[in-house]
Amino acid sequence: MTIDWSWIGDHTDDLTTLTISHLQAALTAVFLGVLISLPLAVIAHRVRPLRGFLLGVSNVLFTIPSIAVFVLLLPVSGLTRTTTVIGLTIYTLVVLLRNTVEGLDSVPVKAKEAAKAMGTRPLRTLLTVEFPLALPVIMAGVRIATVMSISLVSVATYIGDGGLGQLFTDGFQRNFPTPVIVGVVLTLLLAVVADAALVALQYVLTPWRRRRA
Amino acid sequence: MIQFDAVHKRFPNGTTAVHDLSLEVPEGGVTVLVGSSGCGKTTTLRMINRMVEPTSGTIRVGGKDVTRQDAADLRRSIGYVIQQSGLFPHRTVLDNIATVPLLLGWSRRRARARAAELLETVGLAADAGKRYPHQLSGGQQQRVGVARALAADPPVLLMDEPFGAVDPVVRTQLQDELLRLQKELNKTIVFVTHDVDEAVRLGDQIAIFRTGGHLVQCASPTELLARPADDFVADFLGAERGLKLLSLRTLADVPKGPAPEGGDWSLVLDAADKPLHWASKDTEIPVRPLKDDDSLLSALNESIASPTGLIARVDADGVLTGVSSRDDIHRHAGQAHTEARVAA
Repeated sequence: MTIDWSWIGDHTDDLTTLTISHLQAALTAVFLGVLISLPLAVIAHRVRPLRGFLLGVSNVLFTIPSIAVFVLLLPVSGLTRTTTVIGLTIYTLVVLLRNTVEGLDSVPVKAKEAAKAMGTRPLRTLLTVEFPLALPVIMAGVRIATVMSISLVSVATYIGDGGLGQLFTDGFQRNFPTPVIVGVVLTLLLAVVADAALVALQYVLTPWRRRRA
Repeated sequence: MIQFDAVHKRFPNGTTAVHDLSLEVPEGGVTVLVGSSGCGKTTTLRMINRMVEPTSGTIRVGGKDVTRQDAADLRRSIGYVIQQSGLFPHRTVLDNIATVPLLLGWSRRRARARAAELLETVGLAADAGKRYPHQLSGGQQQRVGVARALAADPPVLLMDEPFGAVDPVVRTQLQDELLRLQKELNKTIVFVTHDVDEAVRLGDQIAIFRTGGHLVQCASPTELLARPADDFVADFLGAERGLKLLSLRTLADVPKGPAPEGGDWSLVLDAADKPLHWASKDTEIPVRPLKDDDSLLSALNESIASPTGLIARVDADGVLTGVSSRDDIHRHAGQAHTEARVAA
């Protein structure tokens, strides 16, 4: 299996476009996943009876095969980027919802008590005490969801999207390994870089965890 | 200032936490709620700022029924020091202290300035302000807890076993500090503890609770120690309650005479008339001089512990003012008890 370096040189523009498109799909999905998970997690955290139900639903959604998800979405959003993003978003929920609920559970009772006793109203407590203190656990979920989404984008090649995944079908159909190898390497690189960026983001967002005395 | 009127609290699981409580907390004084765990003292405290709602009865703060006020507004107007500090781990010390002022809508700058001022009030260095709670010792965290409660200058302070988690030495320091602060600030303080000594030390008034949420006796420490209402109170105060009473009296009224001459022991002074040590024919022992505002209990202790049986009395500068004998101290200690019983 040899790499045709000149192919890479000839296709840098295409590769850049595919990489950006790939990353965009994954990040949009994670972003939407977070937006959906936060309120659902608050409900699951506060209303115990709903907790099992919501987490259960997110688990069940995760077990639907990805091709089936895309097929089911075709009548709704067609062969578009929207279909890709909706599909990926559904998969992020299983991690994001669970971690956000666990993050909220991990907030020290004393801190919540103190906030209430100082006269902080519930919404403000949620935004300024509970979310910040849940952040490390939530961020752990975001990191997994991001890496997972980056690896999953390729599946959308079935519906003509799929970012770097297109390199796989291309190489496979022509029995030409270079695009496949390049696709794998770029996907891995994206995952590593995105994860590092999230670690950095978490460092910036949680100054109180930096210098453990 | 704070009035409980026939207050009853029964939790949904059926336990009665507070039983028909009527209690008056006077303005500008420290009222200590004391009792073993499960006696309803913390529930009583938490009903004042509506962290717990009473099942029946009324609680008034400054004449106003607390249940008629918005809970969050009420809580902002009452300082609260929680067990084991309860600081926000993700906020700096300064921002922790500034919590209530910010909730009240102060500008960030003004709130921080006020917080910095309070750091000094509670005896913390200015550079502690930029740290996070986990970087401080337990005692320091507790001081921050007190500063946070004082930030918006509330007239009432609720303290729920605030010094329960620190070691005895730091605990004593924090108690001293609280007494010093209280002299300056004159807050109406409700303080919960299960430690009788702490109650006697801090309280202007002590309310003793018994399991089941019954208030057994509410009185000044002197009255409580001299005339416990029943065996439960007497037991709770402990076998040394007679001595505890002496901890509330000072040495000031105990007569003193000139230093003995020609006896077994003589007191050696320096050029400024400050006691150096006790001396006999063949030995020297250290002297522990006492001031007029030292407690009668410490004098009694010294009179027993020192082989001389004598107490060297000094003024604020450490200059000798006289000597009291073991007999003087004993007679006065007995008298203190008689007086306490009569006054009570």
